[in-house]
Amino acid sequence: MSKQLEHNVKASSVSTGKGFALPPYVKDALRKLGYLVGSVAILVLLWELASRFSAQSLPSPISTFGVLWSILSDPFYNYGPNDKGIALQFAASLQRVFTGFILGALVAIPLGILMGVTPFFKQIFEPIVEVLRPVSPLAWFPIGLAVFQSVGPATIFIIFITSLWPTVVNTAFGVSSIPKDHRNVAAVFRFSKWKYLTKILLPYTLPHILTGLRLSMGVAWLVIVAAEMLSGGVGIGFFVWDSWNALSLERVIAAIILIGLVGLVLDRGFHYIQKRFTYGG
Amino acid sequence: MAYLDLQNIGKVYPTKQGDFEVLRNVDLLIDRGEFVSLIGHSGCGKSTVLNIVSGLEKATTGKVFLDGKRITGPGPERGVVFQNYSLLPWLTVWGNVYEVVDAVFPKRTKAEKDEIVEHFLTVVGLWKHRHKRPDEISGGMKQRAAIARAFAVKPQVLLLDEPFGALDALTRSTLQDELVNLMKSTGTTDEREFEHIGTDTVIMVTHDIDEAIFLSDRIVVMTNGPSATIDTIIKVPVKRPRDRRELINQPVYNELKQELLEYLHGAPAAH
Repeated sequence: MSKQLEHNVKASSVSTGKGFALPPYVKDALRKLGYLVGSVAILVLLWELASRFSAQSLPSPISTFGVLWSILSDPFYNYGPNDKGIALQFAASLQRVFTGFILGALVAIPLGILMGVTPFFKQIFEPIVEVLRPVSPLAWFPIGLAVFQSVGPATIFIIFITSLWPTVVNTAFGVSSIPKDHRNVAAVFRFSKWKYLTKILLPYTLPHILTGLRLSMGVAWLVIVAAEMLSGGVGIGFFVWDSWNALSLERVIAAIILIGLVGLVLDRGFHYIQKRFTYGG
Repeated sequence: MAYLDLQNIGKVYPTKQGDFEVLRNVDLLIDRGEFVSLIGHSGCGKSTVLNIVSGLEKATTGKVFLDGKRITGPGPERGVVFQNYSLLPWLTVWGNVYEVVDAVFPKRTKAEKDEIVEHFLTVVGLWKHRHKRPDEISGGMKQRAAIARAFAVKPQVLLLDEPFGALDALTRSTLQDELVNLMKSTGTTDEREFEHIGTDTVIMVTHDIDEAIFLSDRIVVMTNGPSATIDTIIKVPVKRPRDRRELINQPVYNELKQELLEYLHGAPAAH
């Protein structure tokens, strides 16, 4: 399949001069593919150079891809609590992220709506949000440990805290920016509170909420790696830390690549949902 | 007693530079079944008058009574067709009308509400397009949907804020004819279905002289703002509903047009 694509790239680049017409969407896809290949090539080249200049203390791309391949070739092995396949590590991390994220959303969305609708709640909660929002979520780890007396829930607690802020802020902003036209419709036709909530407030605010959730998910995915380095056990963050302790930078870099790709997939997923729920005028 | 009674309406907006008076001493009596247009230059506060009647804005001074009851806030007995349609973009054409019918008549059965929606969407010719969202239809169709929505809740008074201003001339005249038809159909033929007799009292804000003459019983000319008030009220002595071509051929049409132009742009001699 990929060989065929490469072949197409060559064919199209050769044949453009002769006026051989490809459908525009194929051309577009090929162009994007070309940029992607180029960008990866530049990264690998710089990496290879850095590796050579550092006298192999930074592992070379080839050896890293070898390790990456071996990690990916047996993703589900399970040799006890501290030695699991990469898929199981990711599964553990994703499970924590989604648990904390969903709990966070369940608090953040209603809180954001409340703040957006009622100036009183906005005045009350805004200072709290503004002070706590810039705090690194890892600072909450000891509190989580103290409260839950266990690493697992404490890690989820960090993700919960992390997921709150972008969603609260964006939801509150979305609600408070509902256009006067929509509010006038509700006023003239005497929409009930429930109808206003379900037919105007939520549909209008949904794209803002989704933006908040997308940002929350992004930060949660950033934070989980750090949190798991602290908490240990299973998870991609601990996998990175464990690989470092085992003096395998190849595994660390392989994990970084995979963490980046999973994060990309999460972000694209939210982006897709977001586009799906955005309406024109 | 007049059906709609505007008593000494004034509106002042506080600004940083001090108070800004938009309206002063607006007195207007409108009878049941009358079609009244407010005409004037932009910024003269004609939309403000309409917003005060709809209850979306509060008058600084004065009172408005509808059928003897004081108006204190917005309500469905004063249906509004907004200048920019104000359809909810996430609902279909059908949903936009249905949600409003559902909000105003919560006690009716689903079948009754469906029937009302179907009736009004059919009258404005949108039944075929009921599954489309506002961003999938033209400006004229959006305004049709907004008009159907306003009529569907059977308001006692219909308030139109430059309803056809954003439309091209051809669509505008078609929609004016449809508005006339809608008022006929809700007024008489459907009394069986609508115990509260249909909407026949209308206030329309416009800056289109032809539109005002074609549709109105009386045309209220506003002075230029700030502190705008009623300059004069001109009667259109032609029975409604009118036929557009017949009306244009009557001498009274040009006389009215001349008169209105003089009020709005000064006498031709001063040109």
